[in-house]
Amino acid sequence: MTNLKLLPGRVARPAAATLALTLLLAACGQSDTRQGEHASINRDPFPSSYTALPSETTVIVNATILDGKGGRIEGGSLLIENGKIKAVADVITPPDGARVIDGTGRWVTPGIIDVHSHLGVYASPGTQSHSDGNEVGEPVTAGVWAEHSVWPQDPGFGRAAAGGITALQILPGSANLVGGRSVTLKNVPGRVAQDMKFPGAPYGMKMACGENPKRVYGSKRGTYFSRPGTRMGNVHGYRQAWSDAQDYQRRWDKYERDYQAGKDVLPPARDLRLDTLAGVLRGEIGVHMHCYRADDMGTMLDVMKEFKYQIASFQHAVESYKIADKLAENGVCSAMWADWYGFKMEAYDGIRENVPFVHNAGACAIVHSDSASGIQRLNQEAAKALADGRKAGLDISKADAWQWLSLNPAKSLGIADQTGTLEAGKNADVVLWSADPFSVYAKADITFVDGAVVHDRADKTKQRVADFELGHVGEGDVK
Amino acid sequence: MRMIKTLRLATAALALAGTALTPSVLAEDIAVTGGTAFTNGGKGKVDNATVLMSDGKIVSVTAGGAVPDGYRTLDASGKWVTVGFMSSGGSLGLGEVSLSGDNNDATAAKAKDTINMDVAYSLNPYNAIIANTRIEGVTRAVSQFSRSKDNWIGTGSVIQLGGTTADAMVVRGKAFIHLDVDEGAARGNGGSRSALWAEVIKKLEDAKPKPKDDMADEDKEGDKKADKKKPKEKTGGKKLLADLFAGKLRLQINAHRASDIRQVIALQKRYGFNVMLTGAREAWMVADELAAANIAVLLNPLDNLPSRFDMLASTSQNASRLHAAGVKIAFLPPDTNNSRLVVQSAGNAVAMGLPWETAMDAMTVNPAAIFGVSDSYGTLEKGMDADVVVWDGDPLEVMSSPDAVFIQGEQIELVSRQTKLRDRYKEIPRAPGFKK
Repeated sequence: MTNLKLLPGRVARPAAATLALTLLLAACGQSDTRQGEHASINRDPFPSSYTALPSETTVIVNATILDGKGGRIEGGSLLIENGKIKAVADVITPPDGARVIDGTGRWVTPGIIDVHSHLGVYASPGTQSHSDGNEVGEPVTAGVWAEHSVWPQDPGFGRAAAGGITALQILPGSANLVGGRSVTLKNVPGRVAQDMKFPGAPYGMKMACGENPKRVYGSKRGTYFSRPGTRMGNVHGYRQAWSDAQDYQRRWDKYERDYQAGKDVLPPARDLRLDTLAGVLRGEIGVHMHCYRADDMGTMLDVMKEFKYQIASFQHAVESYKIADKLAENGVCSAMWADWYGFKMEAYDGIRENVPFVHNAGACAIVHSDSASGIQRLNQEAAKALADGRKAGLDISKADAWQWLSLNPAKSLGIADQTGTLEAGKNADVVLWSADPFSVYAKADITFVDGAVVHDRADKTKQRVADFELGHVGEGDVK
Repeated sequence: MRMIKTLRLATAALALAGTALTPSVLAEDIAVTGGTAFTNGGKGKVDNATVLMSDGKIVSVTAGGAVPDGYRTLDASGKWVTVGFMSSGGSLGLGEVSLSGDNNDATAAKAKDTINMDVAYSLNPYNAIIANTRIEGVTRAVSQFSRSKDNWIGTGSVIQLGGTTADAMVVRGKAFIHLDVDEGAARGNGGSRSALWAEVIKKLEDAKPKPKDDMADEDKEGDKKADKKKPKEKTGGKKLLADLFAGKLRLQINAHRASDIRQVIALQKRYGFNVMLTGAREAWMVADELAAANIAVLLNPLDNLPSRFDMLASTSQNASRLHAAGVKIAFLPPDTNNSRLVVQSAGNAVAMGLPWETAMDAMTVNPAAIFGVSDSYGTLEKGMDADVVVWDGDPLEVMSSPDAVFIQGEQIELVSRQTKLRDRYKEIPRAPGFKK
């Protein structure tokens, strides 16, 4: 049975009932001093239980350092203390007892942040039982939260750590117009998803343009549930959802006003779907929208203005290069592949210069993976994009290009105050590379999250083996 | 023949100039000079190489060799010169847009005779993915079907990516029959490996030449004496299986789990087929047996996740361990659209321990031998097809790219739909498509 909330009027009806009740109470209860308990919504019912892993004071000396905001130091040093970056400088005298790592010939960068991952929600092995990423059945499922699908034992998390990933956003899939809430994780081992949740990171919400929703629903032709079946149907779906959310927010605002005025009023009926959408309208949740075509993105920029919310990023965004100026104007990031294209019509115009062209227009460019394999080599994706940009005549430094991997992702996730660059006071989310990470031959020697080693290529005890892998062939093998 | 083809190409190029992408310009006598050539043959690495091409073939590769009169010279000083690479899988030329796009000829879900499928009928030389691929230095590919109605998935061919007709593209047609015996195939074909293998063996036993009717079916229904003496010609899939028994065709088998691969080795021993293994996530566990059986392996060196229960032992060491055991390897692309990324995969194989030279072999001489085209492709040596690529750096590096590409001696324009979109949008236009 498909959720009946899809039917027209179902959302509005309880609102009308609540309103009528409120009016009734207001009419005969003005002087009543008895008030019911105030109803408030807990905005963080699944709080992060993350605690930093043990770390030691560490100095990496004589390395090539990319600070993640465009700076580069040759033969520089980095000091990690109490899980934070203490200093980045040409020369640092190691404090007593500090672990000193010789960075000669090696490179140091901020940890890579992947804004588009389905690790945990489409875990390995990819059995049907592990398909937890798309709540198909109704096109607006803003009430589902990706963290409730995340399986912390997905072996992909450990592989990603070996590729220098320190934080990642886990998104629901793109079958729905609104797929649900995303969650930002630190790439550390956890027993439950909350152990990995990035403290203080705002929630995100996944939306999807174009082909996927209309294919998933449009294929059920001839029934009410075949909507949306077109791009215009998609846009109707988004706008109706936002309109419902506005209405919902107004009802809660009115409840608050009435309650503060001393009235004995019932709160509006809680709607988990509209809770999330209203959170976006209040500016507490960022929208990450799967969108390929320039015209689809252009439409969404206007929907964004109509309902006064912010799109943090367009995801995949293979045609961002066509409207990079508009994206810059509107402060919307593009999370892109270096060179995937053509597997469906809306990806047909993908070009290899998308990332550097977006960067060159002054817009926020992000390199993302959307892949359990690709997430292990995002540095190579940035390298390819950089090379293609240079070949097309753009002058972009490696130091600037690293912003695609750390700072810009951190900005789009709302965590740039804590991570994304190598600056004193920020979390020590750091990668020590065996060589220039723009080379195919470079590997992450050590990945640090909050100063703790979460992967060490030279230390078997610091290479993650997921519960799932225990007792199977390949356990503990080089991956 | 060569001249005729060249003339035809020239005419086509003139006719289409300015409207569509023409793959190549005239085959000329060309000298690529001053670069470092990697010949993948007896000469190994040649510094300051003069690579001479004439009539579509390599004439010579010599250190500091003179350029004869009449040759156009392309200076490759400071650059790397290699054989055009080969991608050992995918479905290039068989479809433009796989998901909700045009008809994808690679997925023959309703095929009636699932062995008797030849890519030549589907190949489109003007497929946009082909141009996107060849300008990245991949000049050869295996093209095959990705799906059929059952676990026999037609035949695959070796193609070169510079031709303007399917005939010109096919270097070796129907090079192999593709059989799938992995976990997914078992699910779709009987629901159990035991059901799948019983069917595979039965089909092969039925097709096996009987002592009396060598290479042909006896007409059992005919009651006329004359008919009995005149055996029916085998056709379609039956003919192809007969060719397999006769050693004229190879058998490509997709399997991952070590125990499944052992079944493949047993099959090869039973029938004596020329077998290659593809996919092969756990092949490293059976490396010595594969080497002893002389079974080559096609693999994606990036596969390192336990993606399925028949892939639990996946590791990035698969390539290097197989190579160390003496197994001939070649590389699969991540998918058809990304066929060009087979080169990045090769670089990663090196990062994970495979010798650089072996990674180069795995995109040239190895697939040439595995698919039976060594006589014309795989090395920079006299008499070989002139598939030559000039790179601006180490070809396996992610920041390197080709500066010049030749396929069978014809220089390929480094133009594709993608480069045209790039050029149109480099300065973002108000009204794309209108001249300023």
